[in-house]
Amino acid sequence: MSLTGTDIRNLCFATLAFAICALLPFGDNGYWLGLGVTIAMFTTLATSWALFSGPTHYISLATAAFFGVGTYVTGLGIETLPFWSLVGLAGLIGAVLAALVGLATLRLSGVYFVIFTLGLAELVRQVITWVQNNTGQKGLYVLTDLDEAGIYWWLLGLAAVVFLTGWLIGRSRLGFALRIIGDDETVADHSGINTARAKVLLFMVPGAVAAMTGAILAPRYVYIEPSLAFAPILSFQVVIMALLGGASRLWGPLVGVIPFTFLLEAVSSNFPNQTTLVIGVAFLVIVYLLPGGFVGLLDKIMYRVNAKERS
Amino acid sequence: MDILITGILLGGTYALIAMGLNLQYGVARIMNLANGEILVAGGYFAFIAYTSTQLSPILTIFLVAPLAFALNWLIYRVMLQPLVNRAKNRGQLETDSILATFGLSFIGVGLMLSFFGGDYFSYSFMAVPVELLGNTYGANRVLSFVMAVLICGALYLWLNHSRPGLSIRAIATAPASARLVGIDVKNLSALAFALGGAVTAVGGALISTYLTLDASTGVVFTLKALIIVIMGGVGDVRGTIIAALLLGILETIVASLLDPGLTLAAAYVMFLGILLFRPQGLFGKKRT
Repeated sequence: MSLTGTDIRNLCFATLAFAICALLPFGDNGYWLGLGVTIAMFTTLATSWALFSGPTHYISLATAAFFGVGTYVTGLGIETLPFWSLVGLAGLIGAVLAALVGLATLRLSGVYFVIFTLGLAELVRQVITWVQNNTGQKGLYVLTDLDEAGIYWWLLGLAAVVFLTGWLIGRSRLGFALRIIGDDETVADHSGINTARAKVLLFMVPGAVAAMTGAILAPRYVYIEPSLAFAPILSFQVVIMALLGGASRLWGPLVGVIPFTFLLEAVSSNFPNQTTLVIGVAFLVIVYLLPGGFVGLLDKIMYRVNAKERS
Repeated sequence: MDILITGILLGGTYALIAMGLNLQYGVARIMNLANGEILVAGGYFAFIAYTSTQLSPILTIFLVAPLAFALNWLIYRVMLQPLVNRAKNRGQLETDSILATFGLSFIGVGLMLSFFGGDYFSYSFMAVPVELLGNTYGANRVLSFVMAVLICGALYLWLNHSRPGLSIRAIATAPASARLVGIDVKNLSALAFALGGAVTAVGGALISTYLTLDASTGVVFTLKALIIVIMGGVGDVRGTIIAALLLGILETIVASLLDPGLTLAAAYVMFLGILLFRPQGLFGKKRT
């Protein structure tokens, strides 16, 4: 693997940006740190989502399911195991679960995948609720000495790992194969790419990351119950943020996460009952006005500017 | 026996809802994820008509059907037709229509929440017992089933023995070739989409006579309808009906023997089985 000058410059910039972000808890410990945690969480989720859905165009709504599984891993294991091992364990379970879902659905057309992932969170929620009802257990308490700043740093670290993974995948054979699959699956198939294997492998990334995010955020909830851990709205928020920013670039989702987090924050504090309406309108905006997200818009503008200069 | 009949009664209404979705997906090629919201809207309409003017839900459906037809026709013309025109291939249309109908679904939930609030609604219509083969069932369930059978039967006859029905089946089989033999694909797709919406809304009005609904239950019905459509095979009326009855029976078995909270999980297990072993549907032929 050889790095060009631009690569090294980009890496340096990214490291610097992360270092600056890591300083946030020293500046503010209240409202802004809380918002920082939300943004870091959605950046991690949306970027890992776009790693899979960007090149393949499959819309995954499984985020909430993996996230919930992650919070339950922490909730069940916090008494016996150290926190860092729980995050790793959640990632492992998330990856295995994603592989199983992928094996069942990714051989078929995109519609089956969407439908299956749409109900996945609800399925896991029903099963856990049932188990809890039968064992007489209600919810789980997660008590740690991890404070908001600690959670923030954990998430930031995970986000860095996601960006690095995305960058490495983009440079690998797998990334190349996925771009071909996204452009034309038949062509990919005929040039000897095992399309199903590539898709399943890639789907394990958002699965693992979402589960780890859930595991990290569990201490923030303190009390975990199924309807909280598996809230299906999370999956939709992630889809909107990633597509609003643009799933075609690694940094695209980030551009969508920040404005949408602020928008949702403003709407939910002023008109708490209208969040579903906002999410609905956001979907329509993406489909009709911003098909490529902000990144696509930017590309279009750049293209026009360049075309003018050339003529 | 008791379980079997309750399951079949439930499955009858499911068949109606899934028929609506099947028309929309099989003919108009729109995977309509806002289907459940149309259903809940139909239920609300019946609820309001019954509680305010004592109008029987059986009569309400004659109002619900044209209204839902008009609404869905407008949705297709204004929002979905542009997507069909702009899509370069089937996959892109699928992605676009999934996202757009998700948007519609959330807007539907949001609007219903702000108009009616998030409470469950139900009313007591014909809640008198009826005896069938030695066991008693709610008269509203039996009546809904009979209505569903009548509507499904009428649709089946219309699709198989009328000229527009023939054209619609042609579009479902081969949309590109249908144009070549002089079928107005655009208009008939809009018609099929609107008709599908009307059937679903009627299903909602019927189901509201015996199930409790609230503004955000739509997605559960969307999921069930999707599972039925995939299980029965896209565009296959007979398959849809059998799949709906199977799902109704399975859900009733799980609800009465295991736990009512696990009905969706049961539907999912069935879905998974179909995906793994018969992705082309129960009666579909394997594509080569």
